Amino acid sequence: MEQLKDKLESSFILFENDLNGQAKTPIHKIRQKAFKTFEEKGFPTKRNEEWKYTNLNPILKHDYRIFQKGDNAIDFKDVKRYFLSDMDTYKLVFVDGVFSSWLSETTHDRFDVCTFNSMMAKNPQLLEEYFNKALPAEESLAAINTAFAREGAFIRIKKGQTADKPVEMVFFTTRQDKEVMMQPRNLVVVEENAEVQIVERHQSLSELPVLTNVATEIFAHKASRLFYYKVQNDNLQASLIDSTSVIQQEKSNVTIGTFSFGNKFIRNNLNIFLQGEHTETNMDGITIIGDGQLCDHHTLVDHKIPNCLSNELYKGIYDGSAHGVFNGKVMVHPHAQKTNAFQENNNILLTDKASIDTKPQLEIYADDVQCSHGCTIGQLDEDALFYLQSRGIPEKEGKALLLYAFANDGLRNVKIQELRKKLNRQIAHKLGVNLDFEL
Amino acid sequence: MLKINNLHAGIDGTEILNGIDLEVKAGEVHAIMGPNGSGKSTLSSVIAGREEYEVSQGRIDFEGEDIMDLSPDERAHKGIFMSFQYPIEIPGVTVTNFLKTAINETRKAQGMEPMPANEMLKKMREKMALLEMDKGFLSRSLNEGFSGGEKKRNEIFQMAMLEPKLAILDETDSGLDIDALRIVANGVNKLRSKNNAVIVITHYQRLLDHIVPDVVHVLHKGKIVRSGDKNLALELEEKGYDWLKEASTH
Repeated sequence: MEQLKDKLESSFILFENDLNGQAKTPIHKIRQKAFKTFEEKGFPTKRNEEWKYTNLNPILKHDYRIFQKGDNAIDFKDVKRYFLSDMDTYKLVFVDGVFSSWLSETTHDRFDVCTFNSMMAKNPQLLEEYFNKALPAEESLAAINTAFAREGAFIRIKKGQTADKPVEMVFFTTRQDKEVMMQPRNLVVVEENAEVQIVERHQSLSELPVLTNVATEIFAHKASRLFYYKVQNDNLQASLIDSTSVIQQEKSNVTIGTFSFGNKFIRNNLNIFLQGEHTETNMDGITIIGDGQLCDHHTLVDHKIPNCLSNELYKGIYDGSAHGVFNGKVMVHPHAQKTNAFQENNNILLTDKASIDTKPQLEIYADDVQCSHGCTIGQLDEDALFYLQSRGIPEKEGKALLLYAFANDGLRNVKIQELRKKLNRQIAHKLGVNLDFEL
Repeated sequence: MLKINNLHAGIDGTEILNGIDLEVKAGEVHAIMGPNGSGKSTLSSVIAGREEYEVSQGRIDFEGEDIMDLSPDERAHKGIFMSFQYPIEIPGVTVTNFLKTAINETRKAQGMEPMPANEMLKKMREKMALLEMDKGFLSRSLNEGFSGGEKKRNEIFQMAMLEPKLAILDETDSGLDIDALRIVANGVNKLRSKNNAVIVITHYQRLLDHIVPDVVHVLHKGKIVRSGDKNLALELEEKGYDWLKEASTH
C-alpha cells in the first residue's frame, strides 16, 4: 500500500516534468491540489466508515506500472465481442490508455464525441468550467485520478440535440509484461434539452492484474436526458474502482445502470447531486458474482432541492465465496420538500460462503417528503422451484429461470435493445444456462 | 396408471399420510375429498415429487414403474401434472417463454426435437380459445398480478399445453366464480380421453357437478376412510364430514 503510494508520488513528479508549459495552467493547479489530498489522506482503510466492508489492501499490493507504453495495436476482429454488435454506434476506444483512432468513430458535427486530451487542447474554457467540479474533493481515489487526468472520453451534446446513436466507450488493456494501473478520466456534458445514451466498458486482455481507477464527471443541464450504462464484466485478474459524479439541473432526467458480473474487485462510488427542481434520477444495478469476487456499490443521492425524484434498485446474486456490499445513502436536506426518494436492494445468496453487507442510509431533514427503502437477503424460493420442476423444467434451469426473474427488473431502464440482449446473454452465461429466450 | 400402496409420508417429522392405497386407471376421474388438514394437498405434493416431504413407507408406481426416486421434473416428463392451489408468481418470465421452456425441456427429456415456433403458437391459440382466454395473456409475466381466477385458468392452460397422462387438480375450484368454474371444468372435460386420468382434489362438491368423477374417496387423518361413486360426494355435501369422522374413530 505504502509502496504504491510512494510510486504514485514519484510518478506525479515525472508527470509534471512531462507537461512542460501546461504545468502553469489553472487545470494543473487542480491536479496539484488533488494530489495533495491523496498525499494527506492516503488510500482508504477499513477504519474509514465508507470502506469498512471492503479491504483495498489485496489490490494495492501489486507493483503496478503507472505510465503505459501505449504503442500496442489491436485488431477489431479480436475485440469485436466487447462492442454492441449489429448496431451502429459512436465509439471512443482507448488501448493501454491511448486513444485509438483506428477503432474509434468520433464526431464534431452536431455534438462532440472525442477525447479528453483533445478537448483540453482545443477547448480549455470547457475544462475550466467543468473539470473536477462534480467529484467530491475529499475522496482520495478520485483525487489520484484527478491528479493524473490527461486522457479519456469527452462527450458534449449541444443544446437541443439528440445523439443519433449511442456512444460506446471501451478501454482496453493489452497483454502486459507486468501489472498495470489505468486511470481514464471522462467528461460528459449534456446541454439544455439534449439527449444521449452511453455505454462504458473496461476490458483487460492481460493475464496479469490490471487496476483501473476511472473517474467520470457528468453534467446534465436543464431538461436534458442521459442514459448511462456501465458494463462491468472484466476478467478475474482485473480490478475496477469507479468514481462517477453527476450534477443534475432542473427537469433533467438521468439513468445510470451498473451491471457487474466480472472482475476480481469492483468498487463503485456513484454520487448524484441535484441542483435544480423537478429532476428525475434512476439508478439500477444487477450484480452477479461468484467465487473470489467482490463488488461494492456505494451510492449517494443528494436531495438539496425540492420536488425531485430519485429511484434506486439494485439486485444482487452471490455464489461461491462472493462478497457484495451495498451502501445507499440518500440525503434529503431541510429545504428539499416534496422529495420522492425510493431505494431498494434485494439480494440472493446461493451458498453459505457468499455474503452481502447491505446498508440503506436515509438521512431525511425535510418533513413533506415521500421516501422508502427496503433491503432483502434471501435464498432461492423452494416453492417456486418446485412449481417450475413440476412443469418439467429441470432444477438447474429452474433455478436459473428464477434468478433471471429475480434480477430482471434491474434491466427496466435499459433503452438500447442491443445492450439488453448482450446483458441477457451475460446473465445467462453467469448463471450457467442456455435459455432459448431473452427477457 | 397410478398405483399407490400403503403410502406413509410427512414433513419435519410429522406424519401426515398414514397408509394410502389408491389405484387410478387410464380414462378414469377420481375425486379426493376431505376436511381441512386431512392430507389432500400432501398427497398431491408427494405424487408430484416435492422433496420436502419424507416418504417413510410404501410406494408409488406410475405406468408400472416405481417413481419414488424421480425428481419433480422427471415425473413431469413421464406425464404427471399437478395444478397448484396457489400458483407461484414469476415476474419477468412471460407465459409464452415459460411454456416454451417447459414444453421443450419435456420434449428434450423424451428425446424429441424442440417444438417449432409456429406449431407452438398455433397450439397456444387453440388451447386459449378452449379456456376462453384473452391472447394478451401470453405476454404477461407468469401469474404476476393475475386474479385468483386467472391463475387457475392459467394452470389448466398449462395442463392443456403439456398434455399430461395424469393430471392432479389441487383445489382448482377455490377462488373461482361460477362462470370461471364452468369454463375451467369444461376445459378439463375436453382434455379427457381414454388414455389419461384426472385426480380432482377438492373440499366441496360443486366442481364435481362439472367434472363428474368415476370414483370418490374421502380422506381423513391421512387415510382413505371411504370410497364410492359420485353419490358419495353428494352425500358428503349434504351431511358434512362429521359422520365420517365419527365412523372412522369407531
